[in-house]
Amino acid sequence: MGRKLLLEHINVPGIETYDVYRNHGGYKSVEKALKTMSPQEVVEEVQKSALKGRGGAGFPTGMKWSFLAKPEGVPRYLVCNADESEPGTFKDRFLMEKLPHLMVEGMITSSYALGANTSYIYIRGEYMFVLEILEKAIAEAYAKGWLGKNILGSGYDLDLYVAPGGGAYICGEETALLESLEGKRGNPRMKPPFPAIKGLYGCPTVVNNVESLCTVVPIINIGADEYLKIGTEKSSGTKLISACGNLARPGVYEIELGISVEEFIYGDEWCRGIANGKKIKALIPGGSSVPILPAHLITKTATGEDRFMSYESLSDGGFASGSMLGSGGFIVFDEDQCIVRNTWNFARFYAHESCGQCSPCREGTSWMEKVLHRLETGKGNMRDIDLLAEINKKIEGNTICPLGDAAAWPVAAAIRHFREEFEWHVTHPEEAVKRNYGLLKTPSITL
Amino acid sequence: MISTLETQAKRPPFSPEKMAEVQGVIKQFPEGKQKSAILRVLHIAEEEFGGWLSPETMDYVAGLLDIQPIEVYEVATFYTMFNMQPTGKFVFEVCRTGPCMLVGSDDIIEYIKTKLGISKVGETSADGMFTLKTAECLGACGYGPMLQCGKVYHEHLTPAKVDALMDEYRAKYSSENNNN
Amino acid sequence: MIKVTIDDIEIEVEEGTTIMNAARMIGGDVVPPAMCYYSSLPGTGGKCRTCLVEIAAGSTKDPRPMPKLMVSCSTTVQDGMIVKNRTSEKVIENRGAVVEFLLINHPLDCPVCDQAGECDLQDLGFSHGKEGSRYEEEKRTFEPIDIGENIKLHMNRCILCYRCVHVANQLTDQRVHGALHRGDHTEISTYIEKAVDNDFSGNMIDVCPVGALTDRSARFKSRVWFLKPMNASCECTKCSGKAVVWMFGKQMYRVTTRQDQYGEVEVKDGKPEWICNECRFDKKDLEQWTIEGPRHISRNSVISQGHYEVSKTNLLK
Ligand SMILES: Cc1cc2nc3c(=O)[nH]c(=O)nc-3n(C[C@H](O)[C@H](O)[C@H](O)COP(=O)(O)O)c2cc1C
Ligand code: SF4
Ligand code: FES
Ligand code: FES
Repeated sequence: MGRKLLLEHINVPGIETYDVYRNHGGYKSVEKALKTMSPQEVVEEVQKSALKGRGGAGFPTGMKWSFLAKPEGVPRYLVCNADESEPGTFKDRFLMEKLPHLMVEGMITSSYALGANTSYIYIRGEYMFVLEILEKAIAEAYAKGWLGKNILGSGYDLDLYVAPGGGAYICGEETALLESLEGKRGNPRMKPPFPAIKGLYGCPTVVNNVESLCTVVPIINIGADEYLKIGTEKSSGTKLISACGNLARPGVYEIELGISVEEFIYGDEWCRGIANGKKIKALIPGGSSVPILPAHLITKTATGEDRFMSYESLSDGGFASGSMLGSGGFIVFDEDQCIVRNTWNFARFYAHESCGQCSPCREGTSWMEKVLHRLETGKGNMRDIDLLAEINKKIEGNTICPLGDAAAWPVAAAIRHFREEFEWHVTHPEEAVKRNYGLLKTPSITL
Repeated sequence: MISTLETQAKRPPFSPEKMAEVQGVIKQFPEGKQKSAILRVLHIAEEEFGGWLSPETMDYVAGLLDIQPIEVYEVATFYTMFNMQPTGKFVFEVCRTGPCMLVGSDDIIEYIKTKLGISKVGETSADGMFTLKTAECLGACGYGPMLQCGKVYHEHLTPAKVDALMDEYRAKYSSENNNN
Repeated sequence: MIKVTIDDIEIEVEEGTTIMNAARMIGGDVVPPAMCYYSSLPGTGGKCRTCLVEIAAGSTKDPRPMPKLMVSCSTTVQDGMIVKNRTSEKVIENRGAVVEFLLINHPLDCPVCDQAGECDLQDLGFSHGKEGSRYEEEKRTFEPIDIGENIKLHMNRCILCYRCVHVANQLTDQRVHGALHRGDHTEISTYIEKAVDNDFSGNMIDVCPVGALTDRSARFKSRVWFLKPMNASCECTKCSGKAVVWMFGKQMYRVTTRQDQYGEVEVKDGKPEWICNECRFDKKDLEQWTIEGPRHISRNSVISQGHYEVSKTNLLK
């Protein structure tokens, strides 16, 4: 059993209620921070822990906090990014649904560190049922004096609200999120200025992922030194992995960073191998936008080393033979799955989710979708494969926000590793149409 | 396919209780930033006023938030959760994205189409009861295939489970309407 | 003042100047094309990506090159920055790609478009476009609509620069049109039929870089290059009354703002000379205007082909 920091008490009945949560050490980080530490000390502790942002980009949380501007007389905001919409990612929902008080506690401790007196949790609109769970937890926290005026007699005030989105993946991008929170269309802003200087309502703002903010709680509780002992040198701590696709036991797992990929896929404690006794064909380890890995690069790197579940090992080999840990959305393909169909499916996702502001992304994503759809349905030709590679090179890096890159990478990687399969669709148009990939072979396993 | 009578009944303004809720949402944001409340208010308005956002509903929301109607149209059309047309009484939104597709969402979509006797996603069954829509990843990838109806997620779908769900919603509808 | 080098030409500019504006101070073909940025409309820029340039050195302090191309309209210069525009192959290649993206869904209906001859996209396609198209898919289409009595919207031609939305936000007291839907379904519209009727709404026609918004009172009357533009002014209580009137013989076909070589409204004493709808749509009588003289069209476009010099007296004869 690996060490659990976030899900330690996940199986305790009633852990979603205030009393049970409190009895299991809940809100201790708030007590410790507000009574024994200055806000700056909390920031420093998080910096020391080397926590990397869990939303996908992996930017060091403590460093982001240290960039927050602090002009006199201007409010600062902490906004939690609970928009979770990256295909394959469902860990934040799990955390908020099962451990709503951990989310609230993380918000309080972090807001204190940043000197924010009003904080928001921006949650995707589809999670309305989770929003209700959070609001209930927040109401309990107010009633018990963890929120509101003069918390624990420290003189620190905090109001915490939850705001829903309305169905838009792009609102997970932090500046689009802020636009949306201001009641506008979710069009990403140009950077600079970064939110740390000009964020919500033009005020300095920190945007962090749900899991990042929840992880602040154990970091403060056990201290950065202890936290650093967990994980690898470059990837400290634990990480939630949401495993899905053709696995025998999909679900949300908390791993110590650095366990081997092989163990995670096949180990009894984890996913227990591929469903229905099939073989693995490919893996997308960090949410739909990171590069896909073919079977021979999953458990081993290109140089034959074992591959581990860590930021550095999953990206070993760069884009040529590696991928990324990303958001921890771990998508496994069995031998019967069609890479072309999946690539088209993801391209359709990005075209559907492009905000439409900038021309390379607006036009390029839907162009790729159309070409891939033709290929998948046996109406493509060899030129199309090169055309796709061309289009995605022209989107990548030329857009306002990283959605353009996120749309380009999966296509590039699929062609890089599975070119023959694309060519097969061109040379075998009739078989390409006939193959049926929706196979109703759901493993009926709940966590 | 909501009857005219029903749509007539479900029109602005909000009841006093709902209005209090809306005012509470507006107060979550700083003075002058009431526009921030728009998404939540639109969700409430959609639920209250017949399951979709008519121009009348959106103009009403614009008035409440003291903004131009076009600002509401811009926002409402950007976010895909909002129904810009009337729908059936229950909307099934089936996730169609990669991870769900790997475990059979294509088949579930086909199955629901056949059951409802419709030819395309987006259509409503002849009895006006169900509308089938597709959605992009709903954050339940490990428990697919799945669909969302209202605020509820239904996971690990199979044809048998879809049958049961439809019966359940039909029963729910008739019991609610008999009580009225 | 800080120093910046663009395509090997050095210039001193004030701190906070954008690369685009620094390039415009140099002039000529050092200037990147702009389809969405409009200097008199704060908030525009950054969207079309045609003004991408390469930063070969970030600044004297940090002379590293920037890994990505940057939008010149919204990136401010740093002291010692070295910028490459037409001297960068990467820029030419990627700008070509942006033009291709802008054209894949464009109807290419120049023969029936009123903007032909003064269209930024036509110019851009000519200077940076490829021959032929690699786009084999169906183009997206919208029905043309009238937005108000005077303005026609051909959404098919729109490149989503958002300039018209900024005009409505900044010049009129009530915006009734905007961007609806998202992604490649985004459209400029009023959602439900509503007239765009406002004293200054006509200026959205002039800021539109393509033929998406056109003047209904002048539609299909004539090709712009057959018309003779004249600087004209009138007494107007609402606007500066400084305009360009477009003549065919003694007939006035249309009235527009006075525009500089970048197609932007001229600015006098820090104020952009927008014109009001009355001057634009209702004053089509020569008597209502004082003709100042022929208008030189300095931009690099088909209309400048019809160069002519006519004296005011000649015209009025
Ligand atoms: C298109 C796009 C979608 C994103 N979606 C999410 C998301 O759903 N949740 C999230 O936490 N971060 C998302 N991000 C990353 C955020 O922009 C941001 O980096 C993150 O919230 C920072 O939090 P962290 O540092 O704690 O990870 C997304 C980024 C992009 C470009
Ligand atoms: S890259 Fe795509 S999603 Fe991001 S701003 Fe541009 S159009 Fe919008
Ligand atoms: S892919 Fe269906 S819920 Fe994520
Ligand atoms: S002019 Fe700079 S991005 Fe459009």
